[in-house]
Order: sequence, then structure tokens, then C-alpha cells
Amino acid sequence: MNQFKNFTKGFVKENPVLVLLLGLCPTLGVTTSAMNGLGMGLATTFVLVMSNLFISAFKNVIPSLVRIPIFIVIIASFVTIVDLVMNAYVQALHAQLGLFIPLIVVNCIVLGRAEAFASKNSILSSLVDGLGMGLGFALALTVLGTIREILGSGAIFGFKFLPEGTDGMLVFILAPGAFLGLGYLIAIMNATKKS
Amino acid sequence: MAKKRANTLFNMASTMFIVTAVAAVALAGAYNLTKDPIELVKQKKIEDAIGNVLPEFDKIERISVLPYDGGTDSLILYKAYKNDEHVGTAVESFTNNGFSGQFKIMIGFLPDYSIHNTAVLEHKETPGLGDKMDASKSDFPEQFKGKNPESFALTVKKDGGQVDAITAATISSRGFCDAVDRAYKTLISIKE
Repeated sequence: MNQFKNFTKGFVKENPVLVLLLGLCPTLGVTTSAMNGLGMGLATTFVLVMSNLFISAFKNVIPSLVRIPIFIVIIASFVTIVDLVMNAYVQALHAQLGLFIPLIVVNCIVLGRAEAFASKNSILSSLVDGLGMGLGFALALTVLGTIREILGSGAIFGFKFLPEGTDGMLVFILAPGAFLGLGYLIAIMNATKKS
Repeated sequence: MAKKRANTLFNMASTMFIVTAVAAVALAGAYNLTKDPIELVKQKKIEDAIGNVLPEFDKIERISVLPYDGGTDSLILYKAYKNDEHVGTAVESFTNNGFSGQFKIMIGFLPDYSIHNTAVLEHKETPGLGDKMDASKSDFPEQFKGKNPESFALTVKKDGGQVDAITAATISSRGFCDAVDRAYKTLISIKE
């Protein structure tokens, strides 16, 4: 398969959040700011790339009946490593994302790519697939985070552009704003795909 | 493509054993590598907070005290001295009444038990609402500065106190007051 196409499919054509509608729990939960979205996206990308890499490398020695528990052990190990490393070196972001980092284990995107792609394709293809899908996920989260941050707190990546004493629209910081923002993003995505 | 391994009991059990064993070793390694940095970050955060909430000091004494209300989670008190003179006490306090569970704050008391300053240590409050209790996000904590809880009612105005709650974050504000109150009463309870 053409590796470039394989890489870019995660951004638009098969974007995990906006087209496949996978991993919506962290999408709705952490995107209160652009930085949170980006951090979560990159953490997931790392897990996705590493688990895809390992699963495709060992796909022939894993007996098919026990593949799911083995995939989960591999994924959970990388998630725990990410959790520990983030806690040690990017404490502030780790505190913000909190519970959502360990929850990458049950993110459908990760297990979905392992089952649907990495267990059937070569190591290189799986690596590229993981990277593309992960960055597509990070992109969707960052865009949604940016929209919510601009409308909700009047800031971009933590830099406030509204004058002192004014606030953004509260609803976009709270959960309903996540649904509204995501809904509009999916609508825009569908409209552009049709035309 | 090479042939997949057959699903015999031995194959399945041995593969799972090897995978979990390797994972356990890898995680133990990662844990050991990150243990010290994580501890350092936590330590630094607490030291920064103590520096923020107390006047200048050159020596600190750490004591652990059970809270006044008979709870089992002990509070940690940092008694600060400058030239052997007591200049204040920082109390690492907490509340379980936050909007998203427990949060921890550090409160600095002067020797006359008035509040010098406060600092938020860790919290999970809603970004944009409850997190305004952090001094970098709003001036909510300003109102505690220089107040003596003896004459300053540590509850929000809605509950008959004297604290201006954060707009749309009354629960977080109540939690904050609760933590300050716990710190104050515990400090008073060990007064000689």
C-alpha cells in the first residue's frame, strides 16, 4: 500500500474522531483548552504507534484465541509508561488530564487499529498507520480544544486576548460545549466530504 | 506470510506468560526511572508553595498533626523560623468537598494566626470555573490575605459568611473555605 496515503488517511478520510467517531470520551472530556487537546492527542499517538509496532511484529506468534488479552496487556503497558513519564516531566499537563491518561487503555482507536490493521499488516505499514491515526486524533482534539478555548475563555493556547474582567461563553467550557463543538466539526467534515 | 501459531493450550498459556512477564519487567523499569523525578516535582511544588505563603524564613520544621475534627488524614504543618524566631506556619490542608472530589491547598499563617497567603497545590476543579481559586487565574484568594479567621467568617456569603464566592463556582469556593477552616482549627488545636 502507498505509505503516504496510509499516513494521511487518519487526518481527513478516516479521521478517528470526526469520521469513525471513535475515542469520543477523551475527546469530549479533555478538550477544554487547545493545550489539553494536543497533550492528550500526542500521548495517544505514542501509545498507538508503539502498540501497533509491537503487535504487528509479534502477530505471527500470538495464538488467535488469546490475541485480545495480549493486545490489551501490550497497550496497557505503554499507557502506564506514558502516565509515569508525563507525571515526572510535564506535571502541570498531567494534573489537568488526570484520569484520562490511564483511560487511553480502553480507547477504541488503539485496540481498533491493533485488531483491524496491525494484526494483518507489515511492521512499517502499521507504524505509519499508527502515526497517521494518532496525529489525526491529536489534530481533531486540538481543533476542538482551540474552538472551545476561544469561545469559552477567550484565549488561544493559554494566551488571553479578551480584555481583563471579561469572560468567554461559559457553556463552551462545560460539557454541552464539547457536544456542540464536536457536532459542528462533524457537520463541516461531512459537508466538505460530499462536495 | 508465515503460518499463525496453533491455538493449543500450551501455545496460549506460554505466549500470555511471556507477554505479561516482559510487560511487568518493562513497567518495573519505567517505574524506577520515573520515581525520583516524580518525587522531586512533588517536593519542589510543596517547597514553592511554602515559599509563597510565608514571609521570608531560613529554617523549617515539619510536623504531622491529626485534624481537629478527628479525621484520620493527618495534616502536615511546616513551622518556619528566621534567626530562630518563629515567623509563621504553613499548613498543607485539603477538602473533600470540591466540585470534583478532593483538592489540596497550602495556607500560610503568621504567628498571630492571621492568614498570610494561600496557594493551591493540586485540584481537579472545572477549568474556567473552579480553577479560578488559583491565584494566577483570579483574585479570589486575595480576600483571605491578612484576615484572621477568629474575626473573619470562613464561609461564603451565600451561607452567611464573609467570603465572596467565585461566580458560578460556589461549590469550589466552599471547598476552599473548608480547607482553610480545617487548617486554622487544626493549628489552633495544637496551640500551647
